[in-house]
Amino acid sequence: MSGREVVKSNSQLVQKEMISRNYDRITDGNHKVSSTFVPGNLNELLMCFDIANNLPEINAIQNAMRKKSGDMITEAERAGHSEDVCTYVKADIGMMAKGNIAPNGKPFPNPDILLLSYTGCFTFMKWFELLREQYKCPTVMLHVPYAADGTPTRNMRDYIVRQLKEDVIPALEKVSGVRFDIDRLREYLRKSAAAEDDMVWMLESTKHRPSPIDCYFGGVYYMGPIFTAFRGTDEAIEYYRLLRLEIQERIDKGLCAQTPEGDMPEERYRLVVEGPPNWTSFRDFWHMFYESGAVVVASSYTKVGGIYDYEGFRHDPDHPLETMADYCLGVYTNRSLPTRVDMLARNIREYDADGLLINSIKSCNSFSAGQLVMMREIERITGKPAAFIETDLVDPRYFSAANVKNRLESYFQMIDQKRRLGGSSAAGV
Amino acid sequence: MEARTVKEIVAFCQGLFDDLDFTRAREWKAAVPGRKVIGYMPVYVPREIIHAAGMLPLGILGGGADMEVIHGDAYYQSYICRIPRSTVELAVTGRLDFVDGMLFPSICDVIRNLSGIWRILFKEKYVRYFDAPQNFREDVGGVFYSNELREFREGLEKLAGRRIADAEINASIEVYNENRLWVNRVYDFRADFPWKAPSAEVYLLMRAGMVLPPEEHTLLMREYLSAAGAQDRPMRDNCRVVLTGVFCEQPPLNLIKSLEISGCYIVDDDFLLVCRWLLEDVQADGDPIENLSRAFLLHSAQTAAKYEADMEVKGRYLIDAIRRRRADGVIFAAPSFCDPALLDQPMMISRLDALKIPYITMQYAENSGQMQPIREQSGTFADSIKLWSSS
Ligand code: SF4
Ligand code: SF4
Repeated sequence: MSGREVVKSNSQLVQKEMISRNYDRITDGNHKVSSTFVPGNLNELLMCFDIANNLPEINAIQNAMRKKSGDMITEAERAGHSEDVCTYVKADIGMMAKGNIAPNGKPFPNPDILLLSYTGCFTFMKWFELLREQYKCPTVMLHVPYAADGTPTRNMRDYIVRQLKEDVIPALEKVSGVRFDIDRLREYLRKSAAAEDDMVWMLESTKHRPSPIDCYFGGVYYMGPIFTAFRGTDEAIEYYRLLRLEIQERIDKGLCAQTPEGDMPEERYRLVVEGPPNWTSFRDFWHMFYESGAVVVASSYTKVGGIYDYEGFRHDPDHPLETMADYCLGVYTNRSLPTRVDMLARNIREYDADGLLINSIKSCNSFSAGQLVMMREIERITGKPAAFIETDLVDPRYFSAANVKNRLESYFQMIDQKRRLGGSSAAGV
Repeated sequence: MEARTVKEIVAFCQGLFDDLDFTRAREWKAAVPGRKVIGYMPVYVPREIIHAAGMLPLGILGGGADMEVIHGDAYYQSYICRIPRSTVELAVTGRLDFVDGMLFPSICDVIRNLSGIWRILFKEKYVRYFDAPQNFREDVGGVFYSNELREFREGLEKLAGRRIADAEINASIEVYNENRLWVNRVYDFRADFPWKAPSAEVYLLMRAGMVLPPEEHTLLMREYLSAAGAQDRPMRDNCRVVLTGVFCEQPPLNLIKSLEISGCYIVDDDFLLVCRWLLEDVQADGDPIENLSRAFLLHSAQTAAKYEADMEVKGRYLIDAIRRRRADGVIFAAPSFCDPALLDQPMMISRLDALKIPYITMQYAENSGQMQPIREQSGTFADSIKLWSSS
C-alpha cells in the first residue's frame, strides 16, 4: 500500500537501528557468522563465542516485505525445488542464486557454521542439509524432541543438555577459537530475563480495553528483538523498557492500537489469531483489520520463538544449559495440538476476545496440519466463533486480497450477529 | 495341506490389502479375550516390544486408492498430503474402533500433528508420538532413545496390565530377526529374478506383514518364495530401477503395476521400511532395550526423515542400493506435498547427476487415478535407458 504515510514510534526507530547494526555486523567481515533458526534460538550461547547471528527466516521476511521473494522462489523452483514445499526455504535458496545480498546492500558472507536447531519444524532439518550442500561449512545439529504429551520430559531436557555439552559447544569453540565460559553465558541469560519481564508486560497490555497495541501485526515488531539476535543484550533491555513506557502512555491516554496509519480510531473487534502472517502483503492485510476496527489481542505467532506467557518461563541464569533446553522445548510449534488449543482458548478468555481467526499457511505443515481440528475444538471450548483463511508466508502467488477481505467481512458480520443475539457459538466461516 | 500357488498366495494378500475393515486383525483380537492391537504409521517403530506385550502391531497406511474420503477433507486443507485425511477417515468411520492404541513416528510434522488430532478426537485411546534421535552418538542420542523405549514399554505395560519381561522382548527380537531375514530374501529374489516376482506381488506380500502376526507373515513369504521360484514366467526386456520416495503415503497399486508394464522392473524400493529398517540382526540376548537402541543408531536404513550428519555419506544408502541391485536408474516418486520426500529430492538428484545415473521424478497421491501419463513417462525412461546402454 504505497502512498499511506507510515507513523513510527520511538521504539520502532530504535529497533530499526538495532536490526541494521546486526546486518552490518554480519556483513562486515570481522565476525564469525552462524546461521540458525528463530524458534528456540541460542542467541546467548552464540554471543559467548562472539559469533554473529544470522536468521534465515528473517531474511526471507525482509525480502518478502521488499517484494523480492517472489522472484527468488521462482528461481529456486526453476533449479528443481518443488512447488509444494516451504517457501522460506525457496526464498533463501533463491536469494543465494541472486547474489545473496543482505538488506544493507552488502553481500552476506558464507556462514562459518550452520547451527541446525531442529526445533518445532521438520523442514529445518532439510533446509540446512540443503544449505550445507552450497556452503560446505561445519553443521551442527541440535535435536529438540517434540513435547507430544504437552509437558516436556526430563529425558528430553537431558538429551538437549547433553547435545549442547558434547556437540554444540565444542563445535562453536572450534569455529570461533573462543573458549566457552559459562559465567559469561549466565550474564547474558540474566539480561535476557530482565528484558523478558517487560516483554511479557507488553504482551499482557492488550488485556486493556481498548487495546493499546496490536499483538499480531504489531506483535511481529515487538517480538523482534527477543526472538532474534538481541536476547541477552543491553539493547534489548532498553528497547523493552522504552516500549513499556510508550504503551503505558497509550493506556493512560486511552488510545486504541497503534498501526502504521496511526492510532486505530475505534476498537470494534478483539481477535486471537493463530498462524504466521502473510509477509508479501503485510500492510494490505493489516489495513483490512484497521478498516474494520479489528485488533488482535493475542496471537500464536508471538509465541513462535519461545513462550513466556503460558507457564511463566523466563531464562534462568542459575541453570544455564537447562534453561536453554527448556526454552527450545517450549516453543509454540514444538507443542502438542491439545496444548496449542488450550493456549489459544485461554487467550480468548483472558483477553476477552470475540473469537479466533486462523491464517493457515500453505507452506507450513508444522503450523497448518491440524488447524481445522483446532478451530472446531476452540469453538467448542470457548463458545466463540472462529474463521479460517488461507495465505502463504512469502509467496505472493498465494495471497488473494479479495478472498481474504471477503472472509474477514463475513466473519465480522458473524461476530456482530452473535453479539446482537447474545447467544452462543456460531459455526466457522 | 497342498501348497498354494503364487496366484493363490497373491489373492490372499490382495484380500488383506483390500479389506479396510481389517477383519483379519479383528479376528486375531477376538480369538483370545484381552488381546490388544496397536496401530502404527510409517516409517519405523520397534514392533518387537508390542509383540512382546502379546499385542498385534498393525501397520496403518491410509485409506488407499479406492476409499472415498468424506469426512477427512473437513480435517485437512487441500495443500496437505492425503494420508492423514484418509487415516482420520478410517478412524471416524469406525474402521479402527478395535485398535487400542496408535503410534505416530517422528517422520514429519503432518504425522507429528496427527498424534495431537488423535489425542483430541480419541481421548480414551493410548496415543504415543514415537520419537527417535537425530543424534546418533550412543552417549547422547542413544541414551535419549533407550529412555524413550523404556517409556514406551511402560506405556504398553500399563495397557496390558502386566510387566513385559526382558526374555519376552528377546524372544520377539528373534521373531522379527527371522521375519526380516525372509523379507530380505524376497527382495533379493526379486532383484535376481524380477520377472518371477513382479513388484505388485512383492508389495502385496509386504503389505500382508502390516496386518498378520510376524510368524504368519514369515511363513507366507517362505511359501511365496518357493512357489514363485518354481514357476516359469516370461522375462521381459525391462530396465531395472530403484523406486524411492514411497516410504509414507502409498501410491495406488496400479502405479506400481504401471511402472512394470511400461518397461521398468523395480529391483529395490523404500516401501514399508518398517520391515527392513534394521539392517542387521538385533542381538537377542542381554538388555533388549539397549540392543534395539544400538541397532537403530548404528544399523538402520537411511531415509529423508533422518538427519545425515556427514554430507559425504548423504545419499550413499540409495547409491549402494543402485549398485547392489544392479539398477539402471532411479524413479523418484513423491506424494504431493510431502516435505521429507520433496525436500530431500534435490540432494539425491545432485548425487545421481554426479555419477551420471539416470532418473525421473513424479508425484502421486494415494488416490491418483490417471495412470496413462505415468506409463508414458516411465516407458520413455525405460526406452532411453535401453538406448543408452546399447549405445
Ligand atoms: S514456515 Fe513452517 S515449515 Fe517453513 S520453516 Fe517455518 S515453521 Fe518450518
Ligand atoms: S506423505 Fe510425507 S508429508 Fe505426508 S505424512 Fe507422510 S511423510 Fe509426512
